[in-house]
Amino acid sequence: MTGSTIAEKILAAHCGKKKVSPGEFLNVRVDLVMANDVTAPIAINEFERIGVSEVFDPQRVVMVADHFVPNKDIPSAEQAKMMKEFAREQGLVYFEVGRGGIEHVLLPEQGLVLPGDVVVAADSHTCTYGALGAFATGMGSTDIACAMATGETWMKVPPTIKFIYHGRTKKWVSGKDLILYTIGDIGVDGALYAAMELCGEAIESLPMSSRFTMANMAIEAGAKAGIFRVDKKTLAYIQARAGRPYTVYEPDEDAYYEKVIEYDVSKIEPQVAFPHLPSNTRPITEVGEVKIDQVVIGSCTNGRIEDLEMAAEVLKWRKVHPEVRLIIIPGSQEVYLEAMRRGLIETFIRAGAAVSTPTCGPCLGGHMGVLAAGERCISTTNRNFVGRMGSPQSEVYLANPAVAAASAILGRIGSPEGVVREG
Amino acid sequence: MKLKGKVHKYGANVDTDVIIPARYLNLSEPEELAAHCMEDIDSEFLSRVQPGDIIVATTNFGCGSSREHAPIAIKAVGISCVIARSFARIFFRNAINIGLPLLECAQANEIEQGDELEVELEKGEIRDITRDKIYTAEPYPDFMLELISAGGLVEHTRKALMGKR
Repeated sequence: MTGSTIAEKILAAHCGKKKVSPGEFLNVRVDLVMANDVTAPIAINEFERIGVSEVFDPQRVVMVADHFVPNKDIPSAEQAKMMKEFAREQGLVYFEVGRGGIEHVLLPEQGLVLPGDVVVAADSHTCTYGALGAFATGMGSTDIACAMATGETWMKVPPTIKFIYHGRTKKWVSGKDLILYTIGDIGVDGALYAAMELCGEAIESLPMSSRFTMANMAIEAGAKAGIFRVDKKTLAYIQARAGRPYTVYEPDEDAYYEKVIEYDVSKIEPQVAFPHLPSNTRPITEVGEVKIDQVVIGSCTNGRIEDLEMAAEVLKWRKVHPEVRLIIIPGSQEVYLEAMRRGLIETFIRAGAAVSTPTCGPCLGGHMGVLAAGERCISTTNRNFVGRMGSPQSEVYLANPAVAAASAILGRIGSPEGVVREG
Repeated sequence: MKLKGKVHKYGANVDTDVIIPARYLNLSEPEELAAHCMEDIDSEFLSRVQPGDIIVATTNFGCGSSREHAPIAIKAVGISCVIARSFARIFFRNAINIGLPLLECAQANEIEQGDELEVELEKGEIRDITRDKIYTAEPYPDFMLELISAGGLVEHTRKALMGKR
């Protein structure tokens, strides 16, 4: 009998088995369930159809107003209101505008997700929490409704694909570039149904923010989860926040991996994903002349303090190109406050950027930066599908915060290297 | 159950943003969502689609967001089932949960736009009447059959909870 991967160990521990194998169907206990203002309304309706009066544990059900808030129009206000009322009736953990932020930045920050957890939420980027050594996966509203009622969900055990990142990253290369490079290599269904286990010395040297970014985009390769090993950096992040016990799972040395893929990160440049797939990547030096109308820095992918620091390093004492609008969105109130303390917000405003309250907003073409036909945007978000940020005739390019900031100054997609060196 | 309809054919990686753009996610009524189904990938879909019609695509159908609005819109517009070489996993769960049948079929790319299909769900048999060909879909695992025969996940969960009491 072979050993187990991290994913297999977490799932086994949540269904009372010693060992589980890929392909097996399980009923697993969940540690946390979450929905947002877009997915909660359907989940609440389905929850009521089940016919139970209370959620399994109100302290383990979280609702976050983040997608279309502050409410962009009357229908979204109705949805947010429905979620708020349900959360109040049931006594759930609820984050209102002004006290929260973007769910996947917020929940780890609040210590609500911990290593070894199984987390299911009605948002595809739930896989972000894999950065903490949790098994976290996105589901639809009906699955979430049932998980809210029972505290359990069914899962098919995914096979695990191991990604080993060797070497040292170059300046301006972040977790965003490593994950874009990976998706560019394996494709948007390269890890379909699988769990990605991301490791290697390059990963060990990445800050938590970059690990969150990488786990966040596992779904863009079709993966069910993107999981990291817990190390000193994870523990340092957790220890200040955890309010309950947690378990760290290590993969067995003889664990079975469906595939092992290795990269030498020293050869990876900052990456840009061209329209209309996250896998359509090119290194920054091969981008060519791409003029832009808008730049967005933020989101559950790149809205953390380290991301804003990276952008500020490029923007400091410089001005946004006259034909470009730059929108910067801190991922949470905590990030916003810290950015203020560090003087980043002043840097952004002096550069000519609009700074917004935390919201998913423009990432999914909701509000706060929707694109017109023919407009181009470079964004630190996660998807560049047709019409993702607005008009189906607009274009979205994905990159890291430094490349996005440099592009805002240049008026075209470009490298921070040239901008910062020129002074 | 026998389903019969004309094919609306698409390629790889049809994402949930083109199935139902996020600008309509402030709506959750099935008929409101159906009114915008597929509009960013195929502006003629809504004028062409007839009740019972079938969507056929190649790989990774339904990739992207977890929005259940996507299968809800497809079902509410009258599509009887979706056939593809492969499906994105969240979309697959969502469709099964809300009762939109999906068939995974390795030869889905051989079926063309406008073909007339007859599908026998229990057998997983797809008959292309236009081309006089028969294809077989991957069978559902037992666990999923249990879900489907219970009438969807909500009913399955309700039964399970009643059993515990």
